[in-house]
Amino acid sequence: MFRFLIACLMMLAASVQAQFRVEVTGVGMTQMPIVVAPFKGEAGSPQKPAAIVQADLERSGLFKGIDAAGVALDELSRPDWSSWRQRNADALLGGSITRLADGRYDIRARLWDVVKGQDKGEYRETVGSADLRQASHRLADWVFQQLTGTPGAFATRIAYVTKAGGRYTLWVADSDGEGAQSALSSSEPIISPSWSPNGSQLAYVSFESRKPVIYVHEVASGRRKVVANFRGSNSAPAWAPDGKSLVATLSRDGGSQLFRVDLASGEARRLTTSAGIDTEPAFSSDGTALYFVSDRGGSPQIYRMPAQGGPAERVTFGGSYNISPAPSPDGRWLAYVSRIGGQFKLHVMDLQSGQSSAISDTSADERPGFAPNSRLIVYATVAQGREALMTSTVDGRIKARLAGQGGDIREPAWSPAKP
Amino acid sequence: MRKTLVLTTLLAALVAGCSSGVKLNDVPVEDKSNAASSGVNQGTGVASVVTEKAASGIGPVGVSHVVFFDYDSFVIKAEARPVIENHARFLQANKQRKAMLEGHTDERGGREYNLALGQKRAEAVQRALVLLGVPESQLESVSYGKEKPAAQGADEASYAKNRRVEFKY
Repeated sequence: MFRFLIACLMMLAASVQAQFRVEVTGVGMTQMPIVVAPFKGEAGSPQKPAAIVQADLERSGLFKGIDAAGVALDELSRPDWSSWRQRNADALLGGSITRLADGRYDIRARLWDVVKGQDKGEYRETVGSADLRQASHRLADWVFQQLTGTPGAFATRIAYVTKAGGRYTLWVADSDGEGAQSALSSSEPIISPSWSPNGSQLAYVSFESRKPVIYVHEVASGRRKVVANFRGSNSAPAWAPDGKSLVATLSRDGGSQLFRVDLASGEARRLTTSAGIDTEPAFSSDGTALYFVSDRGGSPQIYRMPAQGGPAERVTFGGSYNISPAPSPDGRWLAYVSRIGGQFKLHVMDLQSGQSSAISDTSADERPGFAPNSRLIVYATVAQGREALMTSTVDGRIKARLAGQGGDIREPAWSPAKP
Repeated sequence: MRKTLVLTTLLAALVAGCSSGVKLNDVPVEDKSNAASSGVNQGTGVASVVTEKAASGIGPVGVSHVVFFDYDSFVIKAEARPVIENHARFLQANKQRKAMLEGHTDERGGREYNLALGQKRAEAVQRALVLLGVPESQLESVSYGKEKPAAQGADEASYAKNRRVEFKY
């Protein structure tokens, strides 16, 4: 008991220093060691770009931050290659942040390839103080792109729901869970948020009228509209790639079946006709197919059918409970949750080979979703007795618990990349 | 017993403090003046909306408003019959009244799949009421899935209380 309290206090102390925690599991991974030096002028800035960039890079699973305490480096520095090589750094990021006369901030950074002794270029941006965190995430995206050749997905947003003190709140936060802003607050549950393809709206299910009803909510203005309030339950909204319709689960004809709801007319056209449950629709990356969950075979399994409806083929075969399909934007993977021995575990299937594996150590995983660059999966789980959000690399080796509001955190939805 | 309870509560509070990775008083503030002037951060703003719950009416007096189900089952149990018959009589005597049948599940599994499971339970009760002569126009079956548990525990006794259909008027 005493030992537990000590451990708990130590964790509290640690959480003051680091607002996120990255857990590395597995062995033999290759991570690029990078030094992200504190930015010149950071002390006078409301946000610390270096810490945000380093946390982003580490969460991606491809980088390992090397301690840069006390290092003085900015975009004008001339690095001493041999000393950085001695410290096993492969890359180096230095920069500065300056407050301008109009109150905005000038962010500058330079990236160096230590191995080749090469200048990889300069990043510059001028932003208002409210945009400093997003600007730091954009800088992390730039570094990620320079060093891996793949676009980063840090300058994106994650929507999630908290339940605290009997209130449900839908939040919109940075991709690291920080900087959350409340979009909707209700005394009744809110579930299944889903971003519109252009990232400006959220569809979700709210129980505020004593039944599940689907709303579409413009994030910037707070303007919201009921889009499916048919007799019975209305749930599981999934945006069509053109943003003009949703596929959702309606019980208006009895049973839970999939319908396409046109946003302009509000009309619903039925897509499935099964005797049981059809729910949790998710569009394939090319938009031509729908993954969904059905118990038509006696137990919940993931199926795939043409986006307009039609013959469905079964996708999952292992186990008797496979739900919450989430295809990756690059079309390579399908994340989902499988019940194994009473535990609900995040799985990833390679859609080419059909091979699948569990990638979490937790037992109450829910609602996976991919980052727009297909490199990370966000999901809800229960950790240390509380509902929490985690990110994981596709291979499950690098996991991070996202920062967030107090209370139970659930129902994550990763936004698309900014157009 | 009481000691255990206090300890458990203390522990829960500590674990709660432990597991939140951020400052609890880190209330987000939208800096609108800056957001408007920067011009590069369109889409960062989030407007906040607050909703309130709709009110509900009163059903038959002195009658249970809930029936329970077995695990993974939609079969109406024998002990639920008299409850359903009472509500059927009330609805037949009060043709202008409408009942909402709310299906619920225990906490295990996904939210959306549980919503569909709760819907099955609500529709099973609706079918029973219709068989007793209640017009469908007086009934609506909806589901809360696992969102509104009646009991909070993670044990079979709590789960059994949560697998239910509630009558709401």
